Amino acid sequence: MNLRELDWKPLALVPLLALAVLPFIGSASTWVTLTVAGLAMGMIIFIIASGLTLVFGLMDVLNFGHGVFIALGAFVATSVLGAMGDYTASQSLLTNLLAVFPAMVVAMLVAGAVGLAFERFIVRPVYGNHLKQILITMGGMIIGEELIKVIWGPLQIPLPLPQGMRGTVLLGDAAVERYRLLAVIVGVAVFAILLWTLTRTKIGLLIRAGVQDREMVESLGYRIRVLFIGVFVVGSALAGLGGVMWGLYQQNVVPQMGAQVNVLIFIVLIIGGLGSTTGALIGALLVGLMANYTGFLVPKAALFSNIALMMAILLWRPQGVYALSK
Amino acid sequence: MLNRLLSHDLPRSKPLAVLLLLIVLALAFTPFLFPGVKALNVAAKVLVFVVLVASFDLLLGYTGIVSFAHTMFFGIGAYGVAIASTRMGAGWAALGTGIAAALALSLVLALAIGLFSLRVRAIFFSMITLAVAAAFQTLASQLSEITGGEDGLTFRVPEQLSPSFELAAEPFLGANLDGRLLCYYLLFATALVLVLALLRIVNSPFGRVLQAIRENEFRAEAIGYRVVVYRTVSSILSALFATLAGAMLAVWLRYNGPDTSLSFEIMLDVLLIVVIGGMGTIYGALIGSAVFVVAQSYLQDLLRLGSEAVSGLPWLAALLSPDRWLLWLGLLFVLSVYYFPTGVVGRLRAWRAARSPATSTHPTHPLQGDYVENNR
Repeated sequence: MNLRELDWKPLALVPLLALAVLPFIGSASTWVTLTVAGLAMGMIIFIIASGLTLVFGLMDVLNFGHGVFIALGAFVATSVLGAMGDYTASQSLLTNLLAVFPAMVVAMLVAGAVGLAFERFIVRPVYGNHLKQILITMGGMIIGEELIKVIWGPLQIPLPLPQGMRGTVLLGDAAVERYRLLAVIVGVAVFAILLWTLTRTKIGLLIRAGVQDREMVESLGYRIRVLFIGVFVVGSALAGLGGVMWGLYQQNVVPQMGAQVNVLIFIVLIIGGLGSTTGALIGALLVGLMANYTGFLVPKAALFSNIALMMAILLWRPQGVYALSK
Repeated sequence: MLNRLLSHDLPRSKPLAVLLLLIVLALAFTPFLFPGVKALNVAAKVLVFVVLVASFDLLLGYTGIVSFAHTMFFGIGAYGVAIASTRMGAGWAALGTGIAAALALSLVLALAIGLFSLRVRAIFFSMITLAVAAAFQTLASQLSEITGGEDGLTFRVPEQLSPSFELAAEPFLGANLDGRLLCYYLLFATALVLVLALLRIVNSPFGRVLQAIRENEFRAEAIGYRVVVYRTVSSILSALFATLAGAMLAVWLRYNGPDTSLSFEIMLDVLLIVVIGGMGTIYGALIGSAVFVVAQSYLQDLLRLGSEAVSGLPWLAALLSPDRWLLWLGLLFVLSVYYFPTGVVGRLRAWRAARSPATSTHPTHPLQGDYVENNR
């Protein structure tokens, strides 16, 4: 990414929003607590949304069933963490990570594998037709949600945080939950890896070239189709990872969480511009901050604040803050 | 006469015409043909869904817009009747006021969403409506002083429509001649008029422009039609009809709550019915609703039997559990988008057209065009 071409205005939105609410909150330490909490929540939302923006931006597939992979990841995590009770009960953060890390890997593998099947049986027949994509992936989501109910039952399952990740750390006067710090680390890692892969590696180069002119890249001897299926699988796996993070954040999982999260990630993607990774990050951070600020100032308006935010952004930039010039 | 009533949009397929006639006759004589409370409730639900689905078809099938906020307008209609009837007491005045207020609110909201969506890309519209619908559902369950919250509102309808009102002491052909019967026929007449009105709309010059926009937005604009205006009018009309369907539901149930009229599952049902019946054919709404609602009401019993039959195999039993019936519906949905994109009506018409290509003046229009998107 060329620094001189960088459109910095959307990037400035996040600190601007944070500064704008400072006078309303009054206390600086409360403000720091809320801001860090909001940024961390934003990072989790970004992990969930990154898979969808990848799939849309690169494959032009509007996956309304994305939420199912998120729910799947979260449910797999309940099983894995449930089986590793010894590790999660420990006070040591390192031992906890030894349980959470395998849970993340298994969730990503399962979500990726299901994504492979989803691409083959649900999405492949409808490439290039958005209307059918919306309808059929919606159908895929119904099936997925029902299958989750068949396997794990229709009720809410608790997903408690491992012992060592509970509690808060004091940054000056501000209390920051430990888990949120972990979320920030994971989120930054996902963002960095995504951006690096897409802009600095040969695979990223091929994918971007394939989006521009598929036939040309194929005639050079690369198998774009395999590459694109890989993108879908990675997108689903990221959703699985996001599901684990979100489930731990909520500390419980329900089969309907896919549909609930769908609404949130659509708002994020619309704000960020469909298909833009950086845009998704900004959208997620804005939504996370907004949720925490309004949750503190006017709790009843939390969901509407997101919609108001989306409307405001769209009035400014109808295509989202970073529109793909496709 | 019939031709004019159906706005020159005849079924154009003999099996389709027979099927339609059977459904309409069955609906018209349900109280006498199928005695019992359940059958009448199922038939009334079919009537409500026919209007709701046909109004959604105006949007999805004819204009090529995917909106997920359709149940919002359905809910507004139902809440309009419910709120007015609880505040003003049972009566025709409350009914009229409620419906009028609901229509006005739907008009404003649909206009706002429509005008707003002008500025954004077409595929954003689906996502935005999804978010707006979710927010509206939360709003309805939070404003418990007005809407009754999660518990909903139970209310009374005008005396002539309630079960205690008796026309005659003796049952006639197995049906009690009471207010419920009157209420059913009020619903029947309303549904008939509204569906004929929708047929009129889609077969008017206005409806043709909508189809042109669906097929190729860019060309429609180039010919000189203000695509934006047509789309907005289409979504407003569709919202108003959905509101009336909601009012019908509330009058029949004498109850309304968030799960009854606003839930996302109803939205899925509507999508499913449109696809199964056939997009871009108002008749599809009739066939789809009849098949779907009857299946929904009786399939669960069937699944229960199946589940009990295989109770030795826990996995299969879990799959066949009546609570999992949405799974089978979802499968059916995916398969119909996959194999029957034109639905029952499209299939029957194509079959007829294939047998006698010369007589078919109207081309059947499967939804080939992509759900149009322009990035200007």
